[in-house]
Amino acid sequence: MTDAQIEIQLIASLVAVACAIPGTFLVLRKMAMISDAISHSILPGLVVGFFLTQDLNSPWLILFAAITGVLTVVLVEKIQQTKLVKEDTAIGLVFPALFSIGVIMIAQYANDVHLDVDAVLLGELAFAPFDRVYYGDMDLGPKSLWVIGSILVLTLILLFAFFKELKMSTFDAGLATSLGFSPIVIHYGLMSVASVTTVGAFDAVGAILVVALMIAPAASAYLLTTNLKKMIGLACFFGVFSAISGYWMANILDASIAGSIATMLGLVFLMVYLFAPSKGFFAVLYREKQQRREVSLITFLLHLKNHIEIEERHVNHLNEHINWQKVRSKTILSLAQKNNMISISNDVVSLTEKGEEFTSKAIEYILTNEDSLIEDMKEDFFLFRG
Amino acid sequence: MKGKIAVKVDDLTVAYNYKPVLWDIDLQIPEGVLMAIVGPNGAGKSTLIKAILGIIKPIAGSVSIFGKAYTSHRKHVAYVPQKGSVDWDFPTTALDVVMMGTYGSLGWIRRPSTKEKKSALEALEKVGMLSFKNRQISQLSGGQQQRIFLARALVQDASIYFMDEPFQGVDATTEVAIINILKELRKAGKTVIVVHHDLQTVPEYFDWVTFLNVKKIATGPVKEIFNDDNLTKTYGINYKVSIQK
Ligand SMILES: Nc1ncnc2c1ncn2[C@@H]1O[C@H](COP(=O)(O)OP(=O)(O)OP(=O)(O)O)[C@@H](O)[C@H]1O
Ligand SMILES: [Mg+2]
Repeated sequence: MTDAQIEIQLIASLVAVACAIPGTFLVLRKMAMISDAISHSILPGLVVGFFLTQDLNSPWLILFAAITGVLTVVLVEKIQQTKLVKEDTAIGLVFPALFSIGVIMIAQYANDVHLDVDAVLLGELAFAPFDRVYYGDMDLGPKSLWVIGSILVLTLILLFAFFKELKMSTFDAGLATSLGFSPIVIHYGLMSVASVTTVGAFDAVGAILVVALMIAPAASAYLLTTNLKKMIGLACFFGVFSAISGYWMANILDASIAGSIATMLGLVFLMVYLFAPSKGFFAVLYREKQQRREVSLITFLLHLKNHIEIEERHVNHLNEHINWQKVRSKTILSLAQKNNMISISNDVVSLTEKGEEFTSKAIEYILTNEDSLIEDMKEDFFLFRG
Repeated sequence: MKGKIAVKVDDLTVAYNYKPVLWDIDLQIPEGVLMAIVGPNGAGKSTLIKAILGIIKPIAGSVSIFGKAYTSHRKHVAYVPQKGSVDWDFPTTALDVVMMGTYGSLGWIRRPSTKEKKSALEALEKVGMLSFKNRQISQLSGGQQQRIFLARALVQDASIYFMDEPFQGVDATTEVAIINILKELRKAGKTVIVVHHDLQTVPEYFDWVTFLNVKKIATGPVKEIFNDDNLTKTYGINYKVSIQK
């Protein structure tokens, strides 16, 4: 790997982590759309900042753009508070307006500067290593790395300091208010971090990828865990994974880096959605199928326990007696046999000792609902899990 | 009458849109009572509690808690909302939710330690939910969620408790368990204010009662004012309850 390649991956990974942290809270607050709004409406802030400083590299630009980001949130909320429109409509009203103001301002006054709409939307990660910071003659590395690195450090400090406040006010703003924490301050704090991160990141990766990096990793992590800390950790991991694998995909296919990273983010979400162990599409299908089989098995064992008569226990009669289709009774029969719960001699089925014990336990549990009775069965049976 | 006044409401009027849903409420709640607020649906019971807690802004009137504004007594007041208005799919456990009750005394930035965890576990034990401590909250039944919120109020270790229908959707055993906890709180000198719908149990559970229907109808000791007259005034139809002496 060349230095430039390492630098690009490093920048992309830092952007991913810096986005995943506020992104997790945006997803939990069901505010995914707002990040889209912020990422577009910072444009006029950038232009105004450029007018005032006449310098594209000024840190004031970030500040002005971040203020426009927060202003977007305020405007959206004000419009929403009139109760005339819902939140998504309010977002749809605000950000195209601000974005187009930005576009017009560029077209009118800043035509000759490097501030074009394509660059804003898509960014160009591949060029990031060429814009470098020097101290005297010493090369300190790419500018983007410094910008996003500082934003990430700030984000991490805020996250560690205010984790409990963020958690509580996201989960239950009413409680936060009544305990004397101001959910409004926390809300705007989060929006400011999201805005600053967006501004700092979009120069390198573009507005669209910023949105994808905020939302997709957090949404994937949400499907995998019931623990907020783990959710943040997983979101960061998915972000970094997509950034690096996306970079190599772009390299191999000779495609846009931002586009490839966004594609990876989509793929990661799809994989998690399909294969997540408990909430995933296939896990749910599998669990339902297993549960149906287990219910059949228990019904079958109960039938055996309740009937001593030979004719009731004859293999060929099982179908009509418990009303099963042939295929089903076959699977259940072999399942019970595999678990050593029944024995078959001369086509007559009887319970083994293990089968007897299992059946009594199951009945006892169904009647009493006492969890302690079935501790040892949880491993093997979905029905008896928590 | 007991000694201090815990909550004092003067000329309180609240409106959401145009028409006030609470009109000119005057109310004094003495310290150390276990009080029921009763009234029909839409009478403004939840609104009254929210106005006292500063969650909604009244059009007119004032509220004081132990003689001072609510904001200076926040830490002494615990509130259990009518069916928790929270996101049940939030990635958090029952224990974690109860721990949040301790955040008020921790203040900004400080993290909960083993001490806070211990009191949260004790509160879970009290409401009979200890074995569910690691459950994700959406996997709890409605009554269990209600108990988690009660436990969260308990760890706040407040002096005044507001509970909006804590018995809603809980079974008979849980109801007895909860009322025993509330009676214990009163014994410890706390003031407990409960929005309650089951009129039959008012004399058995509470020692103080407020009748509310947009206006305040009556407030005072259950023994003196819990009668057919006030019930009829509040609910508008002829009410007959047999009051156990
Ligand atoms: N957010 C709101 N916006 C507009 N009107 C409201 C709002 N909340 C309550 N109201 C109205 O205010 C009145 C009082 O409501 P409140 O919730 O205080 O009643 P309640 O006595 O608690 O009733 P319940 O027994 O059904 O809980 C009702 O008429 C209700 O329709
Ligand atoms: Mg109510």
